[in-house]
Amino acid sequence: MRTGLIAQKLGMSRIFTETGEHVPVTVLKLDNCQVVAVRTQDADGYNAIQLGSGDAKVKNVSKAERGHYGKAKVTPKKHVAEFRVSADALLDVGVELEAGHFLAGQYVDVTGTSIGKGFAGAMKRHNFGGLRASHGVSVSHRSHGSTGNSQDPGKVFKGKKMAGHMGDRRVTTQNLEIVATDGENGLILVKGAIPGSKGGWVYVRDAVKRALPEGVPFPAGLKSSGSEAPVAEEKDQ
Amino acid sequence: MNVIEKLEADQVAKLVEGKSNPEFSAGDTIRVNVKVVEGTRERIQAFEGVCIARKNAGLNSSFTVRKISYGEGVERIFPLYSPRLDSIELVRRGDVRRAKLYYLRGRRGKSARIAEKTTGAAGKAAATDRAEKAAIKAAAKA
Repeated sequence: MRTGLIAQKLGMSRIFTETGEHVPVTVLKLDNCQVVAVRTQDADGYNAIQLGSGDAKVKNVSKAERGHYGKAKVTPKKHVAEFRVSADALLDVGVELEAGHFLAGQYVDVTGTSIGKGFAGAMKRHNFGGLRASHGVSVSHRSHGSTGNSQDPGKVFKGKKMAGHMGDRRVTTQNLEIVATDGENGLILVKGAIPGSKGGWVYVRDAVKRALPEGVPFPAGLKSSGSEAPVAEEKDQ
Repeated sequence: MNVIEKLEADQVAKLVEGKSNPEFSAGDTIRVNVKVVEGTRERIQAFEGVCIARKNAGLNSSFTVRKISYGEGVERIFPLYSPRLDSIELVRRGDVRRAKLYYLRGRRGKSARIAEKTTGAAGKAAATDRAEKAAIKAAAKA
């Protein structure tokens, strides 16, 4: 299992293909995505890679974090996340990943934090139908209606769909196709929409439900220092 | 320019390469040659009508063409930079005072006509164009 990437969502655009179809794409940008730490079976009980992305101002980084980044000899990061990997896909601390990690046509799962909607009613949050516009309904046109039975069971069942906080939670969209990658500018173009607002951090991983295509750089697409990455890129083009 | 704007500008540059579409605006009568796939072979189908709206938004630019087909109003929205568009021909320049001619939807026949533009640079261009065409016709006759 390969590592994923931390990317920043820039927004959406479209691509016209040669056959004339247009493909809606979300543009993701890699921002200095480096390995900050490595977790191994022997030392930590599991295999994972801790990636960091974006450059944070040193004054905004706590002393403890500064020590952590100093140990890895990387610049302070804005966002850090761990990706579980298999033992053979572990990377060295400090190496930088690039967009060529994914191939065009490959499928990925993308995780992001959805846009917060605040306290939302049942109609918006759960697609309830609301009450009628007339026939004696007053004030409560957008309410949820009944929440259950009467004296038996005498309670509202747990998990009943009601009004409440909506959005601003971790959402994963599976099986999105990679339309193109641009290693030079660190851009990944993914077909379709991705959870989260512009500028939000998202995690891009190989799709769980699809087989990996051939020619994918293993253990990872690395910038310059890695020998596998440029080869894979040539295959891509 | 931000990354997405640059991406779209690059694509526009690539898509307009080798194409020379006329300048046109709302009110002009245009003929749009659309590539149509029928089974396995591809042919070109023309859609001629009045351009009633233009949307200028970089790569996402589009225009709306309205025509009356068998007594029924038909409108098509074309993406300006779509590779499906073979070419656009300007048939006639219209003299209108609005950018969006949605009022044509409620009109029929005489009241739905648009006067031809005869003044200004566009009028002059149209006049020379007409003269040229007439000359060609005369030459063909002689």
